[in-house]
Amino acid sequence: MMNPMPPDQANAVFVARGLTKVYRMGEVEVHALRGIDLTLYQGELVVLLGPSGSGKSTLLNILGGLDAPSGGEVRYLDHTLTGASESELTDFRREHVGFVFQFYNLIPSLTARENVAAVTEISRSPMRPEDALALVGLGNRLDHFPAQLSGGEQQRVAIARAVAKNPAVLLCDEPTGALDSATGVVVLEVLEKVNRELGTLTVLITHNAGIADMADRVIRLSDGQIAEEHRNAHKRPAHELSW
Amino acid sequence: MRALDRKLLRDLWHLRGQVLAIAAVIMGGVATLVMSLSTYDSLGVTRDRFYGEYRFAEVFASLKRAPEPVAERLRALPGVEQLETRVRAGVKLELEGFNDPITGLLLSLPDSGEPLLNALHLKRGGMPQAWSADEVVLSDSFADAHGLQPGDKIAAIINGKRQQLTIAGVAVSPEYIYQIAPGSMFPDFKRYGVLWMGRSALGAAYGMEGAFNQVSLTLARDAREQAVIDRVDAILAPYGGTGAYGRKDQFSNRFLSEELNQLQTTATIFPAIFLGVAAFLLNVVVSRLIALQREQIAILKAFGYRYPAIGWHYVKLVLGMVLLGVAGGVALGAWFGQGLAAVYMETTFRFPYLDYLLNPGIVLVALGVSVVGAVSGTLYSVARAVRLPAAEGMRAEAPEAYRATLIERIGLQRWFGAPTRMILRHIERRPLKSMLTVLGISCACGLMMVGNDQKGAIDFMVDLQFRQAAREDLALTFIEPTSGRALHELAAVPGVGYVEGFRDVPAILRFGHYHYRSAIFGIEPEGQLHRSLDHDYQPVAVPPGGVVLTDHLARNILHVEPGDMLTVEVLEGSRPVLQVPVLGITQQFLGLSAYMQKDSLNALMREGHVVTGAYLAIEPGAEEAVYAKLNARPRVLGMVANRSAIQSFYETIGEFILFYNLVATLLAGSIGFGVVYNSARIALSERGRELASLRVLGFTRGEIAYILLGELALLTLAAIPVGFLVGTGLVGILVLAFESDLYRLPLVLTPQNYAMGATVVIVSALLSGLLMWLRLGRLDLVAVLKTRE
Ligand SMILES: Nc1ncnc2c1ncn2[C@@H]1O[C@H](COP(=O)(O)OP(=O)(O)O)[C@@H](O)[C@H]1O
Ligand SMILES: [Mg+2]
Repeated sequence: MMNPMPPDQANAVFVARGLTKVYRMGEVEVHALRGIDLTLYQGELVVLLGPSGSGKSTLLNILGGLDAPSGGEVRYLDHTLTGASESELTDFRREHVGFVFQFYNLIPSLTARENVAAVTEISRSPMRPEDALALVGLGNRLDHFPAQLSGGEQQRVAIARAVAKNPAVLLCDEPTGALDSATGVVVLEVLEKVNRELGTLTVLITHNAGIADMADRVIRLSDGQIAEEHRNAHKRPAHELSW
Repeated sequence: MRALDRKLLRDLWHLRGQVLAIAAVIMGGVATLVMSLSTYDSLGVTRDRFYGEYRFAEVFASLKRAPEPVAERLRALPGVEQLETRVRAGVKLELEGFNDPITGLLLSLPDSGEPLLNALHLKRGGMPQAWSADEVVLSDSFADAHGLQPGDKIAAIINGKRQQLTIAGVAVSPEYIYQIAPGSMFPDFKRYGVLWMGRSALGAAYGMEGAFNQVSLTLARDAREQAVIDRVDAILAPYGGTGAYGRKDQFSNRFLSEELNQLQTTATIFPAIFLGVAAFLLNVVVSRLIALQREQIAILKAFGYRYPAIGWHYVKLVLGMVLLGVAGGVALGAWFGQGLAAVYMETTFRFPYLDYLLNPGIVLVALGVSVVGAVSGTLYSVARAVRLPAAEGMRAEAPEAYRATLIERIGLQRWFGAPTRMILRHIERRPLKSMLTVLGISCACGLMMVGNDQKGAIDFMVDLQFRQAAREDLALTFIEPTSGRALHELAAVPGVGYVEGFRDVPAILRFGHYHYRSAIFGIEPEGQLHRSLDHDYQPVAVPPGGVVLTDHLARNILHVEPGDMLTVEVLEGSRPVLQVPVLGITQQFLGLSAYMQKDSLNALMREGHVVTGAYLAIEPGAEEAVYAKLNARPRVLGMVANRSAIQSFYETIGEFILFYNLVATLLAGSIGFGVVYNSARIALSERGRELASLRVLGFTRGEIAYILLGELALLTLAAIPVGFLVGTGLVGILVLAFESDLYRLPLVLTPQNYAMGATVVIVSALLSGLLMWLRLGRLDLVAVLKTRE
């Protein structure tokens, strides 16, 4: 398992071709994406690297069906996401995608368990919320409210919430961005474990090059374009990372 | 329980301050509706039951005198079911220790047994002994006003002879629920009473043995009222009949119906204003509250929740608040409703009992309106939040594009420090939201003004009536039309300063298919005491040869204009039918009148200088002597003293107004506080992070309070003048809706009105400000550092 299967078109989960995204703010046009071609495969752990403003979040949001591109095409397995209706995108997110955000975005009035349950209640074949929390090492903090958890713990709840519905894809936008290095490592270990044990395609955004070493594949964005892409011959385990 | 439902309960608890404030807004609107409509329904139901149980007659007729056998012919008429004849006599009453003139009405009872129709509900004591010569039953309002009990004595001057009567019982009659002395404007329980006495005793005293002068009857199942009236009139005409009439024209019933109509208007318009405003405020408050949840909505959406599910979630949240408010409003409204009905029963409707009725339909209406107001606001906000791409919803709102405000751009900025600029820019950045806040607060101000309007309007009305139109100290009625020479005799009474005669002819006024049963008043054209007023409330002379009508009578009842020809069916003497032109309109808020020049009326009636009564000015201090002197004159039927009438009016209505104002103040106050508090609380939620950041930067609590509360203060101050406009508009609506035969409300707003409106807003703002100040002390600075930005 240390050496992933060679990339194979048959295993492609996401295929993006010629993606562009233009934000219009009055007179000014911001080109957030300028022609992205990208294929993501089953079971991969991919790190999206790039400076702030390079278009990472925009790309991730489009892959996750939270936003629509201005041009180009995205396919998920045999579905075309581009041009899908709001309702189809909702179904897509509901069944296939788990999100983790930089600021956790937990529902403050629900406990850890209930935050996870809020998602599992609308999924088809979810884990038990308790199992998902055990997976992220929070089996003993089930009934704590977000305000009673540290930032790292909140982020782990968010990961549990994202993986509890057994998604095919886990999309994480700077999950360690708001955390110190030691806490961040714990969160990355959880993501690594989920990727390994559940085989979930995991896309992880960071502007921190040190984190890239844990990936199967690293894609570097710059000014809305893919500047560079490489495979790590040796993945470093998350616990060896620091920044 | 599902996780989201749990979130709901916790959110409700977390927002409890706002939940209560929103519930208060709904409660204010719903309570007004429930109070007014349940009172209206209850009084109507009670009236119907009382009429039924006490056999209130359906057709009535008065005449001069007919021998008893005539009754047999009436009974035999088709369409008549039950019929009863009576003797009816106007009397003057005297009570030890009470010196104002008292007018009374004596009605006969069967010498033994119950009356067939118009039965009495005894409250105390019993019916007179069979064939008793001096026992009477007294109307309860009069008895209560003087504290009279069974066994007490009262003197009556019947047909010029003074007679000592013993009170056997105190009772209520369906015929005299609303008691007004002839020639008076409003009920005066102290100076007008109705008495019932055995038929032979009264007949003997009044010279009506073996005869009658009043008939009441009920109709057979499918009889046509007008047909029966015509037949009765035909039989009674030779006996001086003055025209039979149905319940619609029966005095007490007509006024009762008018009062109930009035109440229905109040019960519809007033709550419509209150509930409408409450629903609007609810909408504004709820949509802002939900807008604050935009981040959570984005998360739910990112995880695949759909609009209907998210919408329903927030609708449930808001329904929680609505149900709380509606339940509280119904309970409070029912409580107030019983209180209001009790006040009505004491002051106006002398029913012996009350069937309090809260129609479930009212509760449904209250619930429906509140739910629509709240749910539409919720769905609007949720839809907006959902429409936002989830990616954007979750991102902190982009820093808003502030800019220098107009005030700064025109160069006034050097007068303002940074905090003041923040306030101004924040208001200008969100002009719509600021406007809605101002509008919401101003509605609360307007409601308060409506709620407190009556007092000023009634003061104005009474002042106009008694200082401009009816300035006499005493209005005196003769037993029958009398020669004008009687006026000289009155003027000669020591203490009488000035005398003005009037001729009053009972008549039905007709125009097209409209009619009104009342009287034509012949007054002196250039009278000093009793005058007709023009549109600017200035006295104008009544022109010769035609009638001048009260505007409401002309416009809304008869639908005539000056120049039209009115048909006047005179109800006395040879009962001529006359054509009289309408010459003008007079402005009058109390009652309805048709005025003519006295000489013109005399000419029309083909009689000489005849009067039926007189208006007197009495020298100060001479009142009692004059009353005593005139009371003793046999030709004087009754007297109404204006000053005491006004006083008693205020005593009666005072209690009513006190209750109503208290309730309206309470409800408008709760709505006002709910709105202001919510505006402040939401502003705090919207800007909490910003304010906490400022605290982190070293601003003091006072400084950030200035930024938050300064904005609230500015909006509150802006809302007060707008509120005055809203209040004036609402009062205008009320005035339009309030036209009735009894009175029309003038559009009058007193300084107190404005002060009340402003006070509710300012007090609510101060209280909310205090609560916000306490909250600012608990602002979580660490949380700000922990999260974004
Ligand atoms: N909603 C938006 N409106 C306008 N510009 C946007 C919006 N979202 C992102 N951008 C712009 O698009 C570019 C890429 O943004 P983003 O994808 O968030 O970058 P990254 O996540 O790499 O920091 C940036 O220049 C950013 O300013
Ligand atoms: Mg980003």
